[in-house]
Amino acid sequence: MKILLKGNEVMCEAAIQAGCRFFAGYPITPQNEVPEYMSHRMPAVGGAFVQAESEIAAINMLFGASAAGARCMTSSSSPGISLKQEGISYITAAELPCVIANMQRGGPGLGNIRASQADYWQAVKGGGHGDYRLIVLGPSTLPELYTLTMNAFDYADHYRNPVLILGDGILGQMAEPVELTPYAPVVDLPEKDFVLDGCAGRKPRVIKTLYLRPALELVHRNELLQAKYDKISSELSLFEEIETADAELIVAAYGITARIAKGAVRTARRNGLKVGMIRPITLWPFPEEPFMRAARTAEKFLVVEMSNGQFIEDVKLATACRRPVEFLGKGGGWYPTPEAIFEKISTMCEKSLAD
Amino acid sequence: MEFERPTTLLETRTHYCPGCGHGIVHRLVAEVIDELGIRERTIGTAPVGCAVLLYDYFNCDIIECAHGRPPAVATGLKRVLPDRIVFTYQGDGDLAAIGTSETIHTANRGENITAIFVNNAVYGMTGGQMAPTTLLGQSTTTSPDGRGLNHEGPPLKVCELLASLDGVTYLERVAVSTAKDTIKARKAIRKAFVNQIEGKGYSLVEVLSMCPTDWKLSPQQGVDFVNHQMKKVFPLGVYKDRS
Repeated sequence: MKILLKGNEVMCEAAIQAGCRFFAGYPITPQNEVPEYMSHRMPAVGGAFVQAESEIAAINMLFGASAAGARCMTSSSSPGISLKQEGISYITAAELPCVIANMQRGGPGLGNIRASQADYWQAVKGGGHGDYRLIVLGPSTLPELYTLTMNAFDYADHYRNPVLILGDGILGQMAEPVELTPYAPVVDLPEKDFVLDGCAGRKPRVIKTLYLRPALELVHRNELLQAKYDKISSELSLFEEIETADAELIVAAYGITARIAKGAVRTARRNGLKVGMIRPITLWPFPEEPFMRAARTAEKFLVVEMSNGQFIEDVKLATACRRPVEFLGKGGGWYPTPEAIFEKISTMCEKSLAD
Repeated sequence: MEFERPTTLLETRTHYCPGCGHGIVHRLVAEVIDELGIRERTIGTAPVGCAVLLYDYFNCDIIECAHGRPPAVATGLKRVLPDRIVFTYQGDGDLAAIGTSETIHTANRGENITAIFVNNAVYGMTGGQMAPTTLLGQSTTTSPDGRGLNHEGPPLKVCELLASLDGVTYLERVAVSTAKDTIKARKAIRKAFVNQIEGKGYSLVEVLSMCPTDWKLSPQQGVDFVNHQMKKVFPLGVYKDRS
């Protein structure tokens, strides 16, 4: 049976189904439904909800909850995610699993409360200090948000790494019928041999991120982390492809923008234009393979994103700049319409004919 | 009577300076944990600062936190594992400067944890900069002319500040600068752990401690500084007891 829920609630329910039993967060629009939902749902399933005094405190509460062995989650929107970066760096360094959601809004600064995709760099390139990686998932619909949120807890436990759900204000606020399917793990879940729960019957455990001596210990530590990131890169690549085989023009978009772009791609096909689309679902690791493949056959690419041009850099890297990549996007809470995308596609296709 | 190492303390060479109070406070906490028989269900949180290497000394589970965040980390641990004993061990910069927000809110939520707050009126590990608890007129590397009332403001008094919060259970300020004070400090630390075992809520013990190295004093002069200067500004005693 499908039920009608807002995106923020869908994400919460998926977390609960996946066994998340600790949530800490701080109110910020457009994700307020998340702490609101968790405040009553979490105690109902025997978990703990804490309204933190700040996003800094919330992410550090996850540091403790994850160390204690719980599946745990926090959520926020752009300015609040900036505050969490300190904790994210530590959690990544300590290799603790947790799930973080960013329902992006317009920036920089306090920005506005319209949806945005301007935190892409922060999500996939870093944001906190030090060389680290987050697994970043970009859901496009609410059913996908439901599934990916459950999967996020599995990836976090499997790789002992934080997973970031990179959503946006539209995804969080829109309502859509969703089938609340039961949770089933999608990867192996290793035994949590790092948990701090008192040293009864074992040696005391330490979770730390300081490596002073010997001098190169931190270099070695970094090598181990990089080896893990390489492993994740080689194993995890999720994407959706639409009519790319014969496409002359490939539209690249992720998240809610991809959903809007899909309509434009369909319209283009109906109008006889050879247009396809690649939608990365994992934003890190970035699915390079479909782009490399498409770059051999397609003539050009169009990137659509709700920012001034961040995701486009990964598309250019993945295609090794072999084909021209044009851009349709703006920051600050601008939304593309299917008509605007179709118009851009048409112009690019006409230009191809003229060339 | 034999003077033995508590089981909760590991046999290791100290990295603390001569005359530093951390070793005494470590021992008191370890003795209390031994005495209460809770070592195998205790999780400690290490701060950033001189006590960051807490795990080199304590024979129990330890998590090292970001600067000032131990109360938040302890909250996460304790909410997930309410039957375990969770303590924070923090210096003045950690607890009363960068982590003031976490300290106040964790205390006010009445989290059932034990906070050990070592106040030595200076930033030790970074080399003697001004702390939130540095005394007026006290010279440090970032207040070379002495802390001024109008420029840096007066020292922050943590027990007095937290005493105004209804959510707090127990607050006591003690010292480790005399044998008599140290015995009292042990009793206070014991009570702060017993409160947690009995589910009574947030307890904090502030320990006035010596940092002769960064005070540019000898160990004996360091003891005198606590006894004659710090105790005047930070009076010892129980500031709250709802237990």
